[in-house]
Amino acid sequence: MFESLSQLALQQYWWVIVSLLGSILVFLMFVQGGQTLIYAVGKTEEERSLIVNSLGRKWEFTFTTLVTFGGAFFASFPLFYSTSFGGAYWVWMLILICFVLQAVSYEFRSRPNNFLGQRIYEYFLLFNGIVGTVLVGTAVGTFFNGAVFSVSDMNLSRWETPYHGLEAALNPHNLLLGISVFLLARVLALLYFLNNIDNEQIATRSKIRLLRNAVAFVVCFVTFLVWLLIKDGFNYDPVTVTKTVNLEPYKYLHNLLAMPVVLVMLLAGIVLVLFGIIRSLIGSRFTRGIWYAGFGTVLAVLSLFLVAGFHHTCYYPSIYNIQDSLTIENSSSSHYTLTAMSYVSLFVPFVIAYIAWAWRAMNKKQITTEELNEESHKY
Amino acid sequence: MIENIDLSLVDWSRAQFALTAAYHWIFVPLTLGLSFMLAFMETIYVKTGNPEWKRITKFWMILFGINFAIGVATGIILEFEFGTNWSNYSWFVGDIFGAPLAIEGIFAFFMESTFIAIMFFGWNKISRKTHLISTWLVAFGANLSALWILVANAWMQYPAGMHFNPDTARNEMINFWDVLFSPMAIHKFLHTITSGFVLAAVFVIGVSAWFLLKKREQAFSRRSMAVAAVFGLLTSIFLVVTGDFSSRTIAKYQPMKFAATEALHTGTSGAGWTVFGIPSQTEETSMKIEIPGLLSFMTYYDCDAYVVGINDLLEGNAARGMMSAAEKIERGKEARQVLKDYKAAKKNNDEAVEKRLRAKFDDPVFQEEYFKYFGYGFLNNPQSLVPNVPLTFWSFRVMVGLGFYFVVLFAVVLWLVLKDRLGKRRWLLWLMLLSIPLPYLAGQAGWIVAEVGRQPWAIQDYLPTAAAVSQIDAGAVQITFWLFAAIFTTLLIAEISIMVRQIKQGPKEV
Repeated sequence: MFESLSQLALQQYWWVIVSLLGSILVFLMFVQGGQTLIYAVGKTEEERSLIVNSLGRKWEFTFTTLVTFGGAFFASFPLFYSTSFGGAYWVWMLILICFVLQAVSYEFRSRPNNFLGQRIYEYFLLFNGIVGTVLVGTAVGTFFNGAVFSVSDMNLSRWETPYHGLEAALNPHNLLLGISVFLLARVLALLYFLNNIDNEQIATRSKIRLLRNAVAFVVCFVTFLVWLLIKDGFNYDPVTVTKTVNLEPYKYLHNLLAMPVVLVMLLAGIVLVLFGIIRSLIGSRFTRGIWYAGFGTVLAVLSLFLVAGFHHTCYYPSIYNIQDSLTIENSSSSHYTLTAMSYVSLFVPFVIAYIAWAWRAMNKKQITTEELNEESHKY
Repeated sequence: MIENIDLSLVDWSRAQFALTAAYHWIFVPLTLGLSFMLAFMETIYVKTGNPEWKRITKFWMILFGINFAIGVATGIILEFEFGTNWSNYSWFVGDIFGAPLAIEGIFAFFMESTFIAIMFFGWNKISRKTHLISTWLVAFGANLSALWILVANAWMQYPAGMHFNPDTARNEMINFWDVLFSPMAIHKFLHTITSGFVLAAVFVIGVSAWFLLKKREQAFSRRSMAVAAVFGLLTSIFLVVTGDFSSRTIAKYQPMKFAATEALHTGTSGAGWTVFGIPSQTEETSMKIEIPGLLSFMTYYDCDAYVVGINDLLEGNAARGMMSAAEKIERGKEARQVLKDYKAAKKNNDEAVEKRLRAKFDDPVFQEEYFKYFGYGFLNNPQSLVPNVPLTFWSFRVMVGLGFYFVVLFAVVLWLVLKDRLGKRRWLLWLMLLSIPLPYLAGQAGWIVAEVGRQPWAIQDYLPTAAAVSQIDAGAVQITFWLFAAIFTTLLIAEISIMVRQIKQGPKEV
């Protein structure tokens, strides 16, 4: 089946899969967003415990999606893996450290004799919530703004600044996306609290915070989007053998107009996110905002990834030498590996199905203090 | 650019990876084995309906959860370090190596993480049977994750199912099944997961022995010990068998590593197995106590068979058709030169030369006589092909010695459980308790044999570690090394402290 597809078709298929994983990851980062709200929304020990346990039953989905996103990127576009991870060393190391601290914090937080004390583990969660979202956002921003690297004729890459990624994290456009991801994660987290926790005070505070964070998010994201649509982009010539790269004004706007399906996805995504937020703010008993906003997030982020990689666009531009820029065509795995991996990808719907079943089974009822006290396993 | 790599960068990058892997391997084996024991215990609960078994399962599940979290934490770094610290490697073999990592994520990690939430929090939310299935799926998921990463590791030791593509300057997969079912992969997987099973069984026995020493939780401890002793005895026997297979696979595909583990400098027929001795990096082992002919027999089922020594591999052995290391280095350099010339011809649009050189990479003679030694072309000194002999020699003996000790330990515990004599000999209970660190030691020793023993290679014969490393400052890696060392050590202290407290609290009533 997949054997008969062209190399380009397989590369496009895998770009869609990696993009989908990336978009689901951004949605699931509501866990990180929630971690930054433990003290803002939870005023008593009991409320904080509800919030942490509510998030704690989902943190592994985010973590596993991050790991799978990394693995899938490695398998399908190894030149990106070797260029970005080996180059933007400090950024990736910071991201890793904050996820390491998160992984233990839920389990260790409320255990007696946990060496560091409950507060420190909550600070670790806060650190992961801020640094994880902002840096993942800025890393995605480099798909549009490029990075300072070169690639030799042996496909060995080298970062051409001693700052190893810190310079990209401080690029204003990247940073704007990072802050947008951070605010979106908080918005999604507040919608998740409304859906998942049965507690009047938490719901009231969540709604107040939701309005503030949503306004800040919309301002940041719209600024990022407008900036993106009017800026130059990195185009490559799809016809010639050399695939020469050139800077094209309004490249990303052109991409959207050239791919109407992606444009519709982006607009639908934005509308769904806004609908989820507004409906939750005005409907006193409406708790399904997370699903509308979550699905909208996946659609919007997916469309951004597709704009970055499709329509002969360099998804990882080199601003050191634009001819070294990475495209889905010059950075992918071989036809054989992409084919083998494509068969594996057929199992993804099955994986999604059992995750959906597990989520439903665990979320039939909202989490309450009474239920928490009955559980033998508590975070 | 590879020619200019700072050696301290390679050393720090190796140190960082070793640190992460060593910490990761403190936690993973307990997850692998305890997950199955939880499944056994819960199965007995569901079959018998006896709430005592639910209590037992829940107690070990708490320890499992504490341990699991920190295993996950150290695991994510390993995956990403392939990119951050070994970026040249990531490109050179990413076409093959990346696939198992991605499959691991899609198949195993999601299974593990989804059903672990059900296992911890689903007791009152789903039926007993569905909960039991979830616990089994956690065990399968955990061990399935181990499969894919071990397949990837085995491939680095014995690269199979690939072909070099000069256009992309990397190795590309041509047969997925050769990668998955290579003898190295099968033996490595079976040997490694059974070592996890054995570790978990010793852990359960040791903790249960502590309860008996404190005269607490008698029924709980005996039942836990019974499950652990049966599981441990069966898997430790399997561990010894798979260890034997692994060893012979290494002799075949990684003869230098094999010779180093035996500190065998001069190849010999009817080689004996050194039980004790003082090994040296360059000289024959002194003060040797050996069992005559055993090494030859263990390797080839023939007491008189010839076992290759380090000097055969360095200097060559014409009588046995073995090429010297110097010759391999020369041929490797020639293969690299052909690649460089091909790239230059391509750049200069010299089509005739380009076509002629391109054809070489599909020529079986060039492949067999030159490209096979591609990685040697990065080396200059034949001595750099010899791994640390004393370290691999001792690590191997620690691992093997402890492996046999565990078989005896499990047999004794099972006998005591069956005869109901557990409480009679307190020194044996102390022995069980004090044995808890030993499988951890054996596991670390095993990885030292596997990873130190294959130096200087990242990919056996194709890519030395010095050529695999990312082009970053050694100072940067040094900083992250110490950062990780501090974080992991702090978290390890926290983990042990929480575990000890939970054990002291004992199982709760259900």
